[in-house]
Amino acid sequence: MAEPFSGTTEHTPVSHHILSVLVENKAGVLSRIAGLFSRRGFNIFSLAVAPAAEDQRFSRLTIVVDAESAPIAQVVGQLNKLINVVEINDMRPDEATERELLLATVSVDDEGRAALLNSMAHAGASIVDFSANSVTISLSGTPAAVDAFERHLEANYAPVEVQRTGRVALPRLNPPA
Amino acid sequence: MKITGAQSLIKSLEAQGVEVIFGLPGGAILPVYDPIIDSTIRHILVRHEQGAGHMAEGYAQATGRPGVALVTSGPGATNIVTPISNAYMDSIPLVVITGQVPTAAIGTDAFQECDITGITQGITKHNWLITDVADIPTVIAEAFYVATTGRPGPVLVDFPKDIAQTEVEWVDPPSFDELDLPGYKPQLDGDAELIEAAAQMMATAERPVLYVGGGILKARGAGALRTLAETTGIPVVTTLMARGAFPDSHELCLGMPGMHGNYTAITAMQEADLLVSLGARFDDRVTGKLDGFAPKAQIIHVDIDPAELNKVRRADIGIVGDAGRVTEALATVSASKTQTDRSAWWAQLSEWQERYPLTFEPAEEGQALKPQAVIEALAAHSPADTIVVAGVGQHQMWAAQHWRYETPYTWINSGGAGTMGFAVPGAIGAKVGEPGRTVWGIDGDGCFQMTAQELVTARVEGIPVKIAILNNSYLGMVRQWQEMFYEERYSEVYLTPDVPNFVMLAEAMGCVGIRVDRPEDVIPAIERANAINDRPVVIDFRTDASEKVFPMVPAGASNSDVVVHPTQREGA
Repeated sequence: MAEPFSGTTEHTPVSHHILSVLVENKAGVLSRIAGLFSRRGFNIFSLAVAPAAEDQRFSRLTIVVDAESAPIAQVVGQLNKLINVVEINDMRPDEATERELLLATVSVDDEGRAALLNSMAHAGASIVDFSANSVTISLSGTPAAVDAFERHLEANYAPVEVQRTGRVALPRLNPPA
Repeated sequence: MKITGAQSLIKSLEAQGVEVIFGLPGGAILPVYDPIIDSTIRHILVRHEQGAGHMAEGYAQATGRPGVALVTSGPGATNIVTPISNAYMDSIPLVVITGQVPTAAIGTDAFQECDITGITQGITKHNWLITDVADIPTVIAEAFYVATTGRPGPVLVDFPKDIAQTEVEWVDPPSFDELDLPGYKPQLDGDAELIEAAAQMMATAERPVLYVGGGILKARGAGALRTLAETTGIPVVTTLMARGAFPDSHELCLGMPGMHGNYTAITAMQEADLLVSLGARFDDRVTGKLDGFAPKAQIIHVDIDPAELNKVRRADIGIVGDAGRVTEALATVSASKTQTDRSAWWAQLSEWQERYPLTFEPAEEGQALKPQAVIEALAAHSPADTIVVAGVGQHQMWAAQHWRYETPYTWINSGGAGTMGFAVPGAIGAKVGEPGRTVWGIDGDGCFQMTAQELVTARVEGIPVKIAILNNSYLGMVRQWQEMFYEERYSEVYLTPDVPNFVMLAEAMGCVGIRVDRPEDVIPAIERANAINDRPVVIDFRTDASEKVFPMVPAGASNSDVVVHPTQREGA
């Protein structure tokens, strides 16, 4: 029986912030940001990059930062000094709606297939590819839910490959007071 | 009219008002050197690219205008990395243009290829690789705008050879206002409410100190600083990067704080109830051990770089803005406030000043020269507006301590990076920017040997700088640390006094070489050097190797544990 897909986010530090960073779509911008984090000793836990919806000149990075490796104001201040960084939205986890995508290929025989489908239904995951003895599963959800589902797969199946995107986030519409 | 990318680059530099380029040609930058022949811009041909970078820095520090250096790809570019790092640490507006291999060859390990934008990413405000010949005027305008505004700093433009050779229709560069840099908006004016609160905190402070850093000079704010100090009556300390921002002879001046600052400046900060930091960054050389630094002080921190606020020390009031403008606003607001009575504070400060002045023991008959005495003689016998440019080490500290700086931009040195070898090329750059003034490079024998070859440049290009080598035949500052902290176990610090023969070396480079061993010869040599204006002069002052820089806050110690000169210690 599958365990409930919720719980703590052990893949991320307790004290983390989510930075949603709008950057100019210029050559080397990712390297500038990665270089800044490494030379100033700031830790990145995850990083997602995509073209910004609002304007093709920009991309949006969602960076999960360990707020214990450096004061978050210092991280934001140093990032802001990069000429290609246009805007930074700094969110505490309780101020953000966060989602992450997981893709996992697991080996499964006929016997285990029903249990797998059951746990997938419980988690809201779907099959995106399959062969005779393995399936590729997709799950999008909160980082905590994705963590829990990944743990479940690791405990019960032989995962062939697991890929996560790192989270994206937007400010919550009704943040805590 | 169609022109080449190379011509476009030179026209773009002319459009930014560049009057001089320090550089050295090579393969990838070769096309750019052709239109230089027809340009109004003066080109100074250096002997090593590091020299070009430091000259551009000396020029920028002396004039306030951006320094420009032009070098080729690969080793040409890597040779100028040290000056770029130096400019980044000391916030010097520096525009470096590097040649690059042709666009199609980038990434193939081509001859003299190196990823200079990657290498300099962490030590420039920004850098650009030009990929379209039509971008040249805009990129150059952006480069000058970024280098000179906000917190100034170095920028680098990497310029592939094929771009230089491509033809393009010339289009005038955009003005700074027209540039499209959505992520770059320096904030110049401080928040009015914070300024009011800061002025109030200053008025009521009983033991305040104005802690002034290099930012006040970058902001051309020395006048505003004087007004603020005189309006409030608050004493001023000037850091290594701010010497000259406030006159040393002023009754409110306490001089330089920090590892080799004077006792009163250091201790005033330690005992202060309020530090007003104007364009300073709480550098470890100023704070000493951070937990023990100024434990009773509230902090007002004014800086144009928001990331400096709360980086090292939490500010009670942090004001983002141009140090000059905020200082001026603070002075205006302070004019209508009554300052609290600080007679007890001044009595304390005066007592420290009387008890612990900067001091050294003069040379006795037959002893080697005292380096501090040489600095004092240089200061006393050179014109009042002389520019001093130092290398890094003991001589730098003595030059910062024992020369009394009365006007801004008369003291230039490598502070944050501590780049040995800065003095000779730095002095040459300063002299190019201020040709009518006397420029003395004060150097050590170790530093001098790192960049001395640029005296050839100075002679050939007609730049008559004067260099005083305080020759103690040691890497003196390292020797001092080994003496004090490594039980006098001297490891790899002895340089030998007579090899090279500095007089012959100077003369081989077309300069006048003078050697001084005896105290009575010091002043005549200085006067002789100051009278020579058709070529560089090098004076080899043979100084006492056992002389150490005091006061000193040992590395890792609290500023409360400052070690004063032996003659001022208990029982001395």
